[in-house]
Amino acid sequence: MPYEFLEHESDIGIRAWDRTLERTFVQGGKALFDIMVDLKKVKKKTSVDISCEARDIPALFVEWLNKLLTQSDLKKTVFKDFKVESIEPFGYDVYRLKGTAFGEKIDPKKHSVRTEVKAATYFGLKYEFRDGSHYLQCVVDV
Amino acid sequence: MSIELKQISELVWEIPKSGEMFVPGKIYADKDLIKHLVDDVSRGKEWNALVQIRNVACLPGIQKASLAMADIHPGYGFAIGAIGAFDTQDGVISVAGVGFDCNCGVRTLKTGLTRDDLKGKEENLANELFRTVPAGIGSEGRIKLSKNEINDVLVKGARFAVERGYGTPGDLIFTEEEGCVNGADPDTVSDEAKRRGSSQIGTLGSGNHYLEVQAVEEIFDEDSARVFGLFRGQVLISIHCGSRALGHQIGMDYLKTLESASRRYDIPVRERELVCAPFKSEEGRRYFKAVNCGINAAFANRQVIAHLTRKALRSALGVNEGTVTTLYDVGHNTAKTEKHKVDGVEKQLIVHRKGATRAFGPGRPEVPSAYRAVGQPVLVGGTMGTRSYILHGTQKGMDETFGTSIHGAGRISSRESAKKRWRGKDLVAQLKERGIIIKGHSLSGVAEEAPGAYKDVAQVVDVVHNAGIAERVAMTVPLISVKG
Repeated sequence: MPYEFLEHESDIGIRAWDRTLERTFVQGGKALFDIMVDLKKVKKKTSVDISCEARDIPALFVEWLNKLLTQSDLKKTVFKDFKVESIEPFGYDVYRLKGTAFGEKIDPKKHSVRTEVKAATYFGLKYEFRDGSHYLQCVVDV
Repeated sequence: MSIELKQISELVWEIPKSGEMFVPGKIYADKDLIKHLVDDVSRGKEWNALVQIRNVACLPGIQKASLAMADIHPGYGFAIGAIGAFDTQDGVISVAGVGFDCNCGVRTLKTGLTRDDLKGKEENLANELFRTVPAGIGSEGRIKLSKNEINDVLVKGARFAVERGYGTPGDLIFTEEEGCVNGADPDTVSDEAKRRGSSQIGTLGSGNHYLEVQAVEEIFDEDSARVFGLFRGQVLISIHCGSRALGHQIGMDYLKTLESASRRYDIPVRERELVCAPFKSEEGRRYFKAVNCGINAAFANRQVIAHLTRKALRSALGVNEGTVTTLYDVGHNTAKTEKHKVDGVEKQLIVHRKGATRAFGPGRPEVPSAYRAVGQPVLVGGTMGTRSYILHGTQKGMDETFGTSIHGAGRISSRESAKKRWRGKDLVAQLKERGIIIKGHSLSGVAEEAPGAYKDVAQVVDVVHNAGIAERVAMTVPLISVKG
């Protein structure tokens, strides 16, 4: 399991990791929606392109998660899988991400809805590379 | 890791000012509650409330103390149950001090019904409320608003709803700020936030939000209860929710804005979520205008839910809607400009209350005139299976805590461990045996909100009552709880 949940009294910590940075972002997206629905019950029927930017990699992680929440809400869609095509520096102070989220229209009964995530925060934000894997973590507000 | 802590009176503890702290930390708690906080630090728990209280004390312009109420527990940036009041001249405004759910709060409605009037009809009422009030992930309200209408909501707050026929002018009188704060500018709110809000007015949301039918079990202060219109056995309905996705999006948008502002104005931030902007800066002013929009959206949301609740009471029990009135509506995730005395001098402050309820004392003009002699009602939500409290604000609270009190019991167990320990289905059955009906859209959501995951609300209330910063008026027990 390339993501895990970290103990926090009121909210939830997410820690995601994988061999590449792009895959770590994918794991973060899965962790996010795992809080909200039963991912096994969601099908990949539709996709939404996501692009976002931030000053550094940890902030980009938060931005990516927040973009997914916004798009999920606007399109009434829950996501189960993700593709991150690129994460690239742009100029001196910007990292840009291009990716896609896959899922289907939300059906509260079918998807066994759990708790809504309000936002990803900068709290507990951490980015590490160790033992050949990229680790990213932050606390999300539920 | 260690944090110095000094007991300064039976129920007040201090983190003495040291290092980069501008003011001390000050916590209202009894020995047992404080032990829990200290244990977190000594066990090396990285995310703990005492460090968060200390970090807030290091933000520029903070006045008197970085305050924490008895229901304090770890949050993000600010702890939950924290108060940070900053000078509007040289202080800051922070997303973490408001939270993503801007103006999350509680509205309590009074009915003329007694517990006996509900006998045998509880299930019927529970089903009707569950059907009538949209809740849970993906739920939408029955009102779809155009962009212009959303702008109206952001400026007018609960007044927008009442003008549409959702509620009465009386509801507004008994809502904090009469349901509408000034200084809301819809141009400071992103298009995404408005689009997200267009179909969510009149929805509960999920997590710890609820709609609860309660009965007044105990009156502690007969005179104040009479002023508030409360009596033993009376059926009340409490609505706990906020500004929904519109508010969340405002937080997301301005977290980025304030992050760059922190760098631009060179504000030392000990923890990244505490990014902030000088209140007087362009960024700070824009965020405050957006916060006011979020505050108004939440007032409108609770106003529409109050209307839906009246409709459900009428169809389930034949109750005349006019007999259901608002006791009070007050937020507990806000930033507001208020005048307070600091060292004997009146100052204009920007008061952040993160999971802390405004609790203004007697005589303050902000308190509705009918209650002004007593002080503002303070609505303290318990948990599904325990009790809730109604308190009133005091002068001592004005003097010590910028007129602020607790907002709930406060969690002690994480959602993950709650889900491991309790099953939603079992909880619903156990509470049913005790006469409490739970209607939830999500069983795992119910497990996360297990009463055992929270501190004892009575203990937390005792602290603020005995410290004199708010006083007990009444206690209620839950009969029906509708969860998202």
